[in-house]
Amino acid sequence: MNEAATPWQRALRVLVTVGPGGLWLLVFVLLPTLLVLMASFLTRGPYGELSGPWGFHNYAKLLHPVYLEAFAQSLLVGVLATLISALLGYPLAFYIARHPQRDLLLFLLLLPFLTNFLIRVYAWLVLLQREGLVNALLGTFVLGPLVLYPSFFAVLLATVYTFLPFFVLPVYASVERLDWQLLEAAYDLGARPVKAFLHAVLPQTYPGLFAGSVLVFIPAMGTFVVADLLGAGRVVLIGNLIQQQFGITRDWAFGAALSVFLMGFVLLSLYLYARLQGERGLKDLV
Amino acid sequence: MRRLLTLHALLVYLFLYLPILVIVALSFNESRRGVRFTGFTLDWYRALFQDPRVLEYFLNTLLVAFFSTLVATVLGTLLAVGLVRYRFPGKGFLSYLLYIPVVVPDVVMGVSLLLLFALAREVLGFPRLSLLTVTLGHITFQVAFVTLVVRSRLLLLDPALEEAARDLGARGWQTFWHVTLPLAWPGVAAGALLALTLSLDDFVVTFFTAGPGATTLPLYIYSSVKLGVSPKVHALSTLIIGLSALFLALGYALTRRRV
Repeated sequence: MNEAATPWQRALRVLVTVGPGGLWLLVFVLLPTLLVLMASFLTRGPYGELSGPWGFHNYAKLLHPVYLEAFAQSLLVGVLATLISALLGYPLAFYIARHPQRDLLLFLLLLPFLTNFLIRVYAWLVLLQREGLVNALLGTFVLGPLVLYPSFFAVLLATVYTFLPFFVLPVYASVERLDWQLLEAAYDLGARPVKAFLHAVLPQTYPGLFAGSVLVFIPAMGTFVVADLLGAGRVVLIGNLIQQQFGITRDWAFGAALSVFLMGFVLLSLYLYARLQGERGLKDLV
Repeated sequence: MRRLLTLHALLVYLFLYLPILVIVALSFNESRRGVRFTGFTLDWYRALFQDPRVLEYFLNTLLVAFFSTLVATVLGTLLAVGLVRYRFPGKGFLSYLLYIPVVVPDVVMGVSLLLLFALAREVLGFPRLSLLTVTLGHITFQVAFVTLVVRSRLLLLDPALEEAARDLGARGWQTFWHVTLPLAWPGVAAGALLALTLSLDDFVVTFFTAGPGATTLPLYIYSSVKLGVSPKVHALSTLIIGLSALFLALGYALTRRRV
């Protein structure tokens, strides 16, 4: 009964398993990506449609100070959000991993994360507004009402809030696999706590640390919703510019160029990350 | 050291829950504006349930989530099996393609799908931006996540189990149905759950691929926030938070070990 599969049967099996999903990815991922690339070399027509002439003019426009500033802001949000997430998330991952109730703590970490993203962002608007809770608390310390919203600070805070679990989970996975005997060995060899941590623990968590950084940095740079709601037009990131070009301004060609730029930046950071982490680096991301 | 770590964890959890607690409290607050609690009321819930639009948006959200998760789970599971079990030309390329929806920012994905649908409309005459295009968009990012989750599960399995099935005379599809799929099941369930969550939560891709009349709850929440929130949104949010908690607890009980 056990047939040695003929080449035809093998091809059929590949077609049945990989075929539908593969085709989907080609039509809905590869093709749209190529379309964006193509559109970025086109021009906005009089009715907001895409037309000729072809050229690099959209990319030349990116060099305008207004757009450069948006890139700088996005980069700043990305970098700061990653750093703050690391400060908050790295110790937390250790705490959770070594806690007897770690399953419960993970559950509690994920719960807010599964609450609708917009609601979480909006909640910060409520907290930070002029008559919000934060100002009410500050008031009791006789700190006059501060303008916390809309502001860069509000955008950064909500960004960290939104993406923090993305940082904790990969670090947690690293900590869980940690070989604590190395730490004991370091102590036996006379290392002080700080040195022991730096040499015996920290390097073992690099995969999680890098994966977490990528998972926070990329969406933090690319989001437009947080800046839209909490920056209220005062904080403009690349994502906001893209949304504007596809919405109000209706300059799809320039919007496409912005998208290509953002995508290029993201893929470049991923490439560097893959170089750093080797083959399995990408697999740590999911 | 231990104590410092505990204090740190406590503060981070406070940070995580503060906004949610505020929303829940406000949903029961009589006052229409501000955060001062003036009295307990269920009026906002009543107003929410009397708004027929909210029910419609809720059903739209569920409809999209249900169909997209179903399709994405089937496509993604098959794709993962194919990627793990067979060699074929273009396999490496396909594996890289899988990461694009995972790593590229949502906004870029949203606008590229918008371009695709606009072109298709121009050339083929369809589809109009609607719940259908939203569903197609959701399937696209879901397929990638399901495939990656199922694949990582399949890679943990012992190939000897499938060989044994074949040695015992099972045909290709019998092996798949009776051996591979049951073994991969926790991965498939986890992938489907992730896909469902992503669909229910998605705003950005929906924003770019939804036409008039294709409003989902996240779109409704966004427009309410932009227009100045009514406390109804607090009530809606509280219900969503409650459902998410229930959902997560359920999923957690089902998949155990694999959070």
